[in-house]
Amino acid sequence: MIALLLRDLRLAVRAGGGFGLGLAFFLIVVVLVPFGVGPESGLLSVIAPGVLWIGALLACLLSLDRIFALDWEDGSLDLLATAPVPLEGIVTVKALAHWLTTGLPLVLAAPALGILLSLPQGGYLWLVVSLALGTPALSVIGTFGAALTVGIKRGGLLLSLLVLPLYVPTLIFGAEVARRGAEGFEVMTPLLMLGGITFGALALLPFASAAVLRINLR
Amino acid sequence: MSIWQYANPKKFMETTGPLLPWIGAASLTCIVTGLVWGFFFTPDDYRQGSTVKIIYLHVPSALMAINAWFMMLVASLIWLIRRHHVSALAAKAAAPVGATMTVIALITGAIWGQPMWGTWWAWDPRLTSFLVLFLFYLGYMALWGAIENDDTAADLTSILCLVGSVFAVLSRYAVNFWNQGLHQGASLSLDKEENVSDVFYYPLLVSIGGFILLFVFLVFLGTHTEIRARRTRALLARERMS
Repeated sequence: MIALLLRDLRLAVRAGGGFGLGLAFFLIVVVLVPFGVGPESGLLSVIAPGVLWIGALLACLLSLDRIFALDWEDGSLDLLATAPVPLEGIVTVKALAHWLTTGLPLVLAAPALGILLSLPQGGYLWLVVSLALGTPALSVIGTFGAALTVGIKRGGLLLSLLVLPLYVPTLIFGAEVARRGAEGFEVMTPLLMLGGITFGALALLPFASAAVLRINLR
Repeated sequence: MSIWQYANPKKFMETTGPLLPWIGAASLTCIVTGLVWGFFFTPDDYRQGSTVKIIYLHVPSALMAINAWFMMLVASLIWLIRRHHVSALAAKAAAPVGATMTVIALITGAIWGQPMWGTWWAWDPRLTSFLVLFLFYLGYMALWGAIENDDTAADLTSILCLVGSVFAVLSRYAVNFWNQGLHQGASLSLDKEENVSDVFYYPLLVSIGGFILLFVFLVFLGTHTEIRARRTRALLARERMS
């Protein structure tokens, strides 16, 4: 499983793997927002937590179809499925690799982009905490969506349609933590809910993803 | 005798086929009775005027929008566990009906909300969760449409339905947390005091009954169509072989 993780990380970082694309997309979304709503820092600081969360979510979505598509095309997914490691474990490792190459950079880049949106002083800590706690859920849910659509040609749009409604609870609680943090309210309740969603998804969804993958490989 | 014998497509067609026109007629009668009764023979509400009458469309469609998903969940479970094809096809047939009901509920709600709340749309928990439910229906139907192999499609959509149900419930509570709403609470419960008054209650019950029958009718009709389509495909395949 560690070998698989390292392999996925190497594939993502080397040329053509799309590492950094999500990050660049995140940057562009955040830069476009002031052009759309105007440069007043008062307005920007109000919407900054939500914009950063939506940007991170879309950047995550963008790279989802890469989780299984390449392995599906060259047949290595069939080999992985017949490997002695349970498929649930493989799916989890895939999600972890996706998080390490997409979610983690987003978390680290978010405070820098928060400056661009004049995020209030107290908001940075909770923004980073909420993204760090929430983006693993996005990766795990996205892995389920990617497993569902792996056999479909040009399934990218369908993948977005399937995954975005599943992202609703994560987005609500994540953005709520960031917003309350920025406005200086207590954040414990939504933070706990966000953690509940992340760990619940992490515990249960790999089984669904693996079941779906088995059906697709049949 | 067990309920599972109706999982045999032939038996299912034979039993529900003759019933179909009756269910359709009964549903039409109930809906027409409920709506005419509600629209013309009940008094206007003292505060809401005649706008209150949209309740005879809004409440039944909203009820069916949720219960259609619940029925799909049960049918998906039956397909995953016992692998009866009729069950998977019934779930497939229920999805567009449920999606339409969701749209009807949203549109009638907007038409009512414009004069009453002064807005077509508010980010109220109930309204928002219905919109999210509509997105779930769209994704479910799109997945059915995208996969060529029937059994694979049935398997994948069933699992999506299971996972989607969990997330739909989660979203419901999440939006509750996120915004306190404008929408009034339940006023049709059997055990509460402040229900709608009887004048509005009985035509509403008739209308709800009509919508339930309409749902059953449309699901049976859709399932029949799917079964016939499969038989036709099988016949064509057999002809090509010989």
